[in-house]
Amino acid sequence: MSVARIQSSDELRDLYRELILDHSRNPRHFGKLADATHTAEGINPLCGDKLRLYLQLDTSGVIQDASFEGSGCAISVASASLLTDIVIGKSRDSALDYFAAITSHLTAVTADNPAPIDLEQIRALDGVREFPARIKCATLAWHALHSAIQQQARPVTTE
Amino acid sequence: MTHTQLDAKPARFRSVEDCREDFPVLQQDVNGQPLVFLDSAASSQVPQSVIDTVASYQRHDHANVHRGVHTLSHRATDAYEGARDKLQGFINAASRSEVVLTSGTTEAVNLVAQSFCRPRLAVGDKILITHLEHHSNIVPWQIVCEQTGAELIVAPIDDFGQLDLVALLGLLDEDVRMVALAHVSNALGTVNPVKEVIAHCRELDVPVLLDGAQGVPHMSIDVQDLGCDFYAFSGHKMFGPTGVGVLYGREALLEAMPPYQGGGDMILEVSFTKTTYNELPYKFEAGTPNISGVIGLGAAVDYLQAIGMQNVAAHEAKLLTYMMNELGKIDGIRLIGTAEHKASVQSFMLDDIHPHDLGTILDHQGIAVRTGHHCAMPVMQHFGIPGTTRASLGLYNNSDDIDRLIAGLAKAKQIFS
Repeated sequence: MSVARIQSSDELRDLYRELILDHSRNPRHFGKLADATHTAEGINPLCGDKLRLYLQLDTSGVIQDASFEGSGCAISVASASLLTDIVIGKSRDSALDYFAAITSHLTAVTADNPAPIDLEQIRALDGVREFPARIKCATLAWHALHSAIQQQARPVTTE
Repeated sequence: MTHTQLDAKPARFRSVEDCREDFPVLQQDVNGQPLVFLDSAASSQVPQSVIDTVASYQRHDHANVHRGVHTLSHRATDAYEGARDKLQGFINAASRSEVVLTSGTTEAVNLVAQSFCRPRLAVGDKILITHLEHHSNIVPWQIVCEQTGAELIVAPIDDFGQLDLVALLGLLDEDVRMVALAHVSNALGTVNPVKEVIAHCRELDVPVLLDGAQGVPHMSIDVQDLGCDFYAFSGHKMFGPTGVGVLYGREALLEAMPPYQGGGDMILEVSFTKTTYNELPYKFEAGTPNISGVIGLGAAVDYLQAIGMQNVAAHEAKLLTYMMNELGKIDGIRLIGTAEHKASVQSFMLDDIHPHDLGTILDHQGIAVRTGHHCAMPVMQHFGIPGTTRASLGLYNNSDDIDRLIAGLAKAKQIFS
């Protein structure tokens, strides 16, 4: 086997890391959130990813609970699942910082981390940086997060 | 003789087995491996003779058509109209007036919906399509139904992806003003029983449009033998350039239709009080057309005719059988679209791997397939899936391509194991 092929195989392994496969097969916080205060839908028409993100914010703006439902590729589902793990307990501003940092990190617009966020929690998604066609899959749920938080009051829908 | 005709080498006479060498794009590595192109149903690759013909036209003969008295305009017009003649022969239209050059299948269907159907539709009328259609043979009809109050009705398919002909005939009544269906399904490869449909429509005097985008690249087409009223197809699915296509229409119907768009070239005389429209087919060709695209499409017709559509069909039938058999051996595969009569396409699911993930893994091994809903979302809804992975064949594919696909899928299973 040539070096190029080994390299190629490694890149795929890097994209589909164990943690990604685990989150895509067993997504955390999957389902509708009955008492959601904020929600938004993310659609990636290229591959048919369709996710709805639910957030429950308390009066001080802290995300008390989060969930998502829908279907999509392994990358988009795993990213949404990681998102729910990360944002629960965060303030809305902190969640928006995550959105900015992660989208910037994955799209590599700038090497700078625009927000004071520890990206360690989303390292599992780093493999996507080598697959430009898949970056939208990884950022889909995060765009839904941004959209949901920007909503003012419930009930909200993007439809 | 024009430079275009002089410079462009005639399609070398190859057998379909070794025609792959005529396609420069296939002679490359992608992601470190020789390219395996299994996405011709989305857009097919272009042979050297088409590339040369278009380049030679651009280099030597370009001018606007039907307009100038100068030499280049004559050359361009001759090459452009020569391509129309080739297309007429390719589909065996009775007259060159019946070959309307469009930007593609989509424009051709929209033209018929707006020019033929719209003036004839009223509340209570129906347009009949099938559950197999590409969006371009659904949405133009939805639009004209919204405009007129007519109703869009849909003939169902079975779980093999075959048209339910009995159900279609049950829906066919005196209120149906148009039946529009795919000759070959782009998502599943199903070849529809179009001659039977047309025969029944003929009895009720209902016109039929065939979406032939996936028909022309794979089988010889004779519109007179089919008996359809309209046949629409695209250049870029039949080894020609993008942005060009054909609407075949029976002359009597085209004559009775108002223009689709207004502009230059579609008129005989214009004043502010009255405009006299040009004769067929120019009445439907407003504005400067895609001249180089049409000329390139003519070269694609030459190429296909040199190889022989019967030979193409036989080669692809053998290859499709091989592909279906090999795919069928894979543990965890679900073939989507297993109609008795098929051409060139196999959609499938593998385990619970999302098609988009499969597409990335195959691409990384140099294998190009289409993933997603293939612009046929109702078909996906029928099977209860968001999309499929689709491998589609062109005349240049061979059994090595299939073997690479199978090995690529084994790799995907390994990654997702």
